[in-house]
Amino acid sequence: MSDKQKRGLSVESEGKQAEHKSMLSRRKFMGNTLKTACGTALLGLGMGTYSRQASAFPAWAIRPPGALSEDKFSGACIRCGLCVRDCPYDMLRLAELGEQVALGTPYFVAREKPCEMCEDIPCAAACPTNALSHELKNIDDARMGLAVLIDQEECIAFQGLRCEVCYNVCPLEGEAITIEMQPNRRSGKHALFIPVVHSDACTGCGKCEKACILEEAAIKVLPTHLAKGLLGKHYRLGWKQKEKAGHSLVSPDIKHRYNLPEGVRYDYNRGGLELPPEAKLEQNTPFSSNPLESLKKLQNQENR
Amino acid sequence: MVSQAAKRQLPGQQAIDKKGWWLAHKWLILRRMVQLGILALFLAGPLLDVWIVKGNLASSLTLEFLPLSDPYVMLQGLTAGNFPTSEGLIGVAIVLLFYALVGGRVYCSWVCPVNIVTDAAAWLRRKLGIKVSSQFSRSTRYWLLGLTLVLPPITGAIVWELFNPVSLMFRGIIFGIGWAWMVILAIFAFDVFVSQRGWCGHLCPVGAFYSLLGHKSMVRVSAQKRDQCDDCNDCFVVCPEPKVIRPALKGADKGISPLIDEGNCTNCGRCIDVCDEDVFNFSSRFKG
Ligand code: SF4
Ligand code: SF4
Ligand code: SF4
Ligand code: SF4
Ligand code: SF4
Repeated sequence: MSDKQKRGLSVESEGKQAEHKSMLSRRKFMGNTLKTACGTALLGLGMGTYSRQASAFPAWAIRPPGALSEDKFSGACIRCGLCVRDCPYDMLRLAELGEQVALGTPYFVAREKPCEMCEDIPCAAACPTNALSHELKNIDDARMGLAVLIDQEECIAFQGLRCEVCYNVCPLEGEAITIEMQPNRRSGKHALFIPVVHSDACTGCGKCEKACILEEAAIKVLPTHLAKGLLGKHYRLGWKQKEKAGHSLVSPDIKHRYNLPEGVRYDYNRGGLELPPEAKLEQNTPFSSNPLESLKKLQNQENR
Repeated sequence: MVSQAAKRQLPGQQAIDKKGWWLAHKWLILRRMVQLGILALFLAGPLLDVWIVKGNLASSLTLEFLPLSDPYVMLQGLTAGNFPTSEGLIGVAIVLLFYALVGGRVYCSWVCPVNIVTDAAAWLRRKLGIKVSSQFSRSTRYWLLGLTLVLPPITGAIVWELFNPVSLMFRGIIFGIGWAWMVILAIFAFDVFVSQRGWCGHLCPVGAFYSLLGHKSMVRVSAQKRDQCDDCNDCFVVCPEPKVIRPALKGADKGISPLIDEGNCTNCGRCIDVCDEDVFNFSSRFKG
């Protein structure tokens, strides 16, 4: 081979080598990019899955007033803590790493420090993201959760004792909680004074839970979706329909009648059976009003 | 290159000998004062009941009238489909403007608390002479940045803020740290033993976001007296983003301006500190 040829060859092979090299480096670059892309995707999968788990809000924690629904809240709150700082009662806190609440988001625990339902709602006003909605203007419209008298075995009102502490501390006393009287079947003659929560007024502030005198509160604020049932949409309550229409929609109302002796009436609200004032029932009855006489009668029968 | 410098002596020794310790650490000390000062302002409220600033880096209110919000965190919320309040938007605008002017990654070297940790890790690494470093690309952070902006629209949640060590550490110091100190420790160990400048230089999507934001900033470091460079390499050793220095310092023949015109320069000023020939100085985009 001549020198020229040799040189030509070597130049050619050099060119090939350079090409080879650049191909290699390109391949390496592509490989690296692919690696990074795959790693990123995997990481994303992991983080996404974890975030779904982390956004499960525990039932014992309560968001501040005006908080968006939990799925929207996790996309809105930037965990700045301005709500925490502007609460004059200092009852909000941001979740720390290791707690069950999604990291850095604000919440409170009713049994420790409930919401005092400030009229100007400073917590929501401070929020820069609307995670605590600025549309909430009246604190009575807040729905942080719903109080439920969840343990009717331990609540002492159900034992027939007078308590009503939850009722008395409620900022919406008489609307969010009322006291309903029920017969005390144990004593047979007293009333039970039962606190009853009404979801159309309860804000979920947690003052009742905080104040409950038991060691573990019998009344607890729960997330509304856990506390509330939902009647099937196809249900029509007859009396409500009637009220709306002004008359019965099913069949003409027939007045209910009892088969009672002439002159006797039954009225639940006025204590049951009602006798006509002129009737002297004792005289017509085969039984004597004196129980001893009945006994004597029995004895006479046996002696015979 | 790096190993030679490390063998010879710790970087900046010549500068200390020539300028004295204080001048050779001027920008570093200023930086630490600013970083700790910001933390102190936020802490004065809960600790001393002096309310100058409240909130945290994600969003804050200074003296009851100046709102500041982190554009990166807000952007994550936006991609999750939530629109902030006007107050929040004003806060974002002010911060955007500020960093666009002074340099995005000024956030890293002058504000971010993790920077103190990773700088300490880099220092310890040099001290111990650890050379091994796992290799991965500095562009990984942009992948992660993309990921943190893609996850919110998919999941509907601001996913990254469940992990973000920057928020974790800053919020932790002010509002209660929980187990977050473990994350900080992990980053420290990672930077010392696994990867040189691993977190801030390769992975952190916060830094990536701010590098894009400050891409064309006004305030820049310039290697104005690059002809005096005696190739001691100290600036390369201390710089958290050594790649940004070469074009400006060594590009005179190729007609490259001495301005370090790179979004990833953090404007930390360490190169100015450690250079005994006073090659570097703070300058502006117009002066070059
Ligand atoms: S309404 Fe008042 S007490 Fe309740 S969370 Fe808001 S600021 Fe705190
Ligand atoms: S003020 Fe709003 S964004 Fe900030 S922590 Fe509270 S709810 Fe979240
Ligand atoms: S949570 Fe309790 S105290 Fe508060 S409004 Fe409801 S019933 Fe009343
Ligand atoms: S790269 Fe990230 S962690 Fe490092 S200083 Fe910048 S923001 Fe902080
Ligand atoms: S070039 Fe200088 S100012 Fe920029 S990051 Fe490096 S050491 Fe800091």
